[in-house]
Amino acid sequence: MDLPTIWFCIIALFWLGYLFLEGFDFGVGMLLPKLGRNDTERRVLVNTIGPVWDGNEVWLIVAGGATFAAFPGWYASLFSSAYLPLLAVLVGLIGRGVAFEYRGKVDSVRWRRNWDRVIFLGSLIPAFGVGLLLSWNVLGLPLDANGDRVGSAFAAFRLDTVLGALAVVGYALVHGGIFLSLKTAGELRTRARLLTMRLAPIALLPLVALLLMVQLREGSAWTWVPIGTVAVAGVFALARLAAGREGQAFSLVGVAVAGTVVALFGALYPNVLPSTIDPAFSLSIADTASSGYTLTVMTWVAAFGTPAVLVYQGWTYWVFRKRIGTHHIPAVHTP
Amino acid sequence: MDVLELARWQFGITTVYHFLMVPLTIGLSVLVAGMQTAWVRTGKVQYLKMTKFWGKLLLVNFAMGVVTGIVQEFQFGMAWSEYSRFVGDVFGAPLAMEGLVAFFVESTFLGLWIFGWDRLSKKVHLACAWAFSLATIASAYFILAANSWMQHPVGAEFVDGRPRLTSIWAVLGNSTVLAAFPHAIAGAFGVAAAFLVGIAAWHLWRKHRDGNGDPEDGTADERSTAEAEDRRVWRGSVRVGGWVGLVSFAVLAISGDFQGKLMFDQQPMKMASAEALCSTESPAGFSVFAYGDVARPDCENVKSFTVPTLLSFLANGDFASEVKGVEQLIDEYGAKYGTHYPDDPRLGELAGQPVDYVPNLPVTYWGFRLMIGFGALATAAAAWVLWLTRRDRIPRTKWFPRLALAGIATPFLANSFGWIFTEMGRQPFVVVPNPNPSGVDGVWMYTAQGVSGLTAGEVLASLITLTLVYGVLAGIEVFLMVRYARAGVAGVMPPEEPTDDESGESGDTLAFAY
Repeated sequence: MDLPTIWFCIIALFWLGYLFLEGFDFGVGMLLPKLGRNDTERRVLVNTIGPVWDGNEVWLIVAGGATFAAFPGWYASLFSSAYLPLLAVLVGLIGRGVAFEYRGKVDSVRWRRNWDRVIFLGSLIPAFGVGLLLSWNVLGLPLDANGDRVGSAFAAFRLDTVLGALAVVGYALVHGGIFLSLKTAGELRTRARLLTMRLAPIALLPLVALLLMVQLREGSAWTWVPIGTVAVAGVFALARLAAGREGQAFSLVGVAVAGTVVALFGALYPNVLPSTIDPAFSLSIADTASSGYTLTVMTWVAAFGTPAVLVYQGWTYWVFRKRIGTHHIPAVHTP
Repeated sequence: MDVLELARWQFGITTVYHFLMVPLTIGLSVLVAGMQTAWVRTGKVQYLKMTKFWGKLLLVNFAMGVVTGIVQEFQFGMAWSEYSRFVGDVFGAPLAMEGLVAFFVESTFLGLWIFGWDRLSKKVHLACAWAFSLATIASAYFILAANSWMQHPVGAEFVDGRPRLTSIWAVLGNSTVLAAFPHAIAGAFGVAAAFLVGIAAWHLWRKHRDGNGDPEDGTADERSTAEAEDRRVWRGSVRVGGWVGLVSFAVLAISGDFQGKLMFDQQPMKMASAEALCSTESPAGFSVFAYGDVARPDCENVKSFTVPTLLSFLANGDFASEVKGVEQLIDEYGAKYGTHYPDDPRLGELAGQPVDYVPNLPVTYWGFRLMIGFGALATAAAAWVLWLTRRDRIPRTKWFPRLALAGIATPFLANSFGWIFTEMGRQPFVVVPNPNPSGVDGVWMYTAQGVSGLTAGEVLASLITLTLVYGVLAGIEVFLMVRYARAGVAGVMPPEEPTDDESGESGDTLAFAY
């Protein structure tokens, strides 16, 4: 494999890390109003991701930064074309990050309720936006010869991309539900599991539809393998969840996300950004890759940096491995 | 306004805003890690109280710095896609490194630190504090290396119309970043120092006024012990802040002098504009204050109070040498880089028009002076506070807390004006050509060429949205800061809370939860 192709895979890996890790953060945020019946319960839910959400979000920043360094043309065309959807993602992420940190800082029902709304919307909107962005990237966007978007600022909103957006939202709901079943204790755990079981058949439909559509439109024979993996892992994940083995269900979701990312990026290869106007305008790995020297430098950084990240983030999950229940939540203390 | 102007305003607003949070985060996180080290080493409760109090204010600020940073990284691609395509091969690398090497460490270990009080041993928990605080400094290095490359492109060659990276070490070891890094980091410590001094001085003065801060007249009961401890917290914070402030301002002056000399060499137009030096002079004087119309490069109407020969010294280290003025530089830049913009339809109205090589003179002239002026005020404040609180003294005058609190603003303002000066001063370029031989031939870009092919409506929408969101969040952050700062130690440590974490009394409850 040449360096540009390796970097195409590394960027897919960063997206995998992001979708898997922030996927459940988004799910927790979206399930907050439904699952958390009182403030203590909502605090339990928020605190399951409290120590880790920030580190999870960095995967998105690194996916963006690595695309900038390794494929400047891809980064420039995608980010400028999807200007308004990305703005929505940014505003959502800004609100959500601040909300986690600030919601407990004042002891007032209204204060907390407002931040809870921000957490909900700040999880829903970025999940939707990221799904829109990814599916738009894979399915193609109206790019001209310079790599600029032709057409309106809302060109990203199409039936097929909205399906992709719903796919990520639905996946995040299920993933978040499984994560909460794994990380909470007592009654919340049961409720999270039952809700997830009930949600899953509907919530996962858009993902199934998206994968089939991508496969039929862009896929090749081998991409049936990851899609098959997603289906099998998904079914088993729900079965393990039903059996009360949340850890196994959570790991199986990881397999399904990996399959999804492989299927999407596999359908994209060897393009990075297909143009719907003229295939000649499509940006390919070769067109947009940085020079061999830059990629070599970045490969060294990624080769040492990424395993280190996996080790210390993994350690964080180990440190905070305990389930949290309402009895763990300390009394509110604010000035 | 067209896309270019809107995108510039947006970048300016979001960056200046982001850089209100960043220096406080950098400076305060290192100081908090230091306080925690003192606690772990000595076991004295006053240091734990300092860690908890300043740590809480740090967290209120940290969140805002993190979320506004994402906008910075995405904005290059969103609003400056031509710029991103042009520089990506070189500029993307330090940005991606920042994410992979620094930002991951920062956010992961911050989470461990916030929630790890009862989950980690004291030493490991302390190590987490050092990990995230040092990572913020590493983060600053990578970002400054990227920015310095825009000011002084090195380590690249010009191939097929774009710069191509030839040496990452040259980019990371750019003379410009070597000077900018100590300057920016010292600026960050200056902010944190003034923050410590301002808030702690107010508490110290209030305790003294209320009369229960003096250890001599306290009885031996627990309450007065706690009061005496609190007094040590505030006194310690004031003294630490004062000294950190003085040292950082010394570093700022020295590194600033280095930066100035580099800038005369690398970006003569920026420095000439900083001085509103219209025509070449030898020796050149340093303008302290000007009135009249500095906006006009012919400078007919400007009267200026000048220190003779000082500018020659700042530029070249002697009192006789020539310093080039704006008028001569216009001709030199025109001869080297062309007098007109290329006839490219992407440039819109500017296509084929003459290039204005002079930055916005009032902004560069006053930005430079306000940076230095507010920096000097902050230095004076630090020295004054150290003098007033010498040998266990506590001033009774109500001007003490008032001025100390007002002093918090000075290093923030100095930082903002410094950045506004240096970024406005490189206009009309986004990547500045360096006329002297240290720059790479052919590597430069006009700001007007860097902007994305968007509609003005899109950029206007984001400009309005981000400004509004940032404005609301600024209000909330200040509200929380004031609330927690006023409440003092009791606001972050309930009095009944056992100060030693070995106590099993709290049972299963988490030491900290959102």
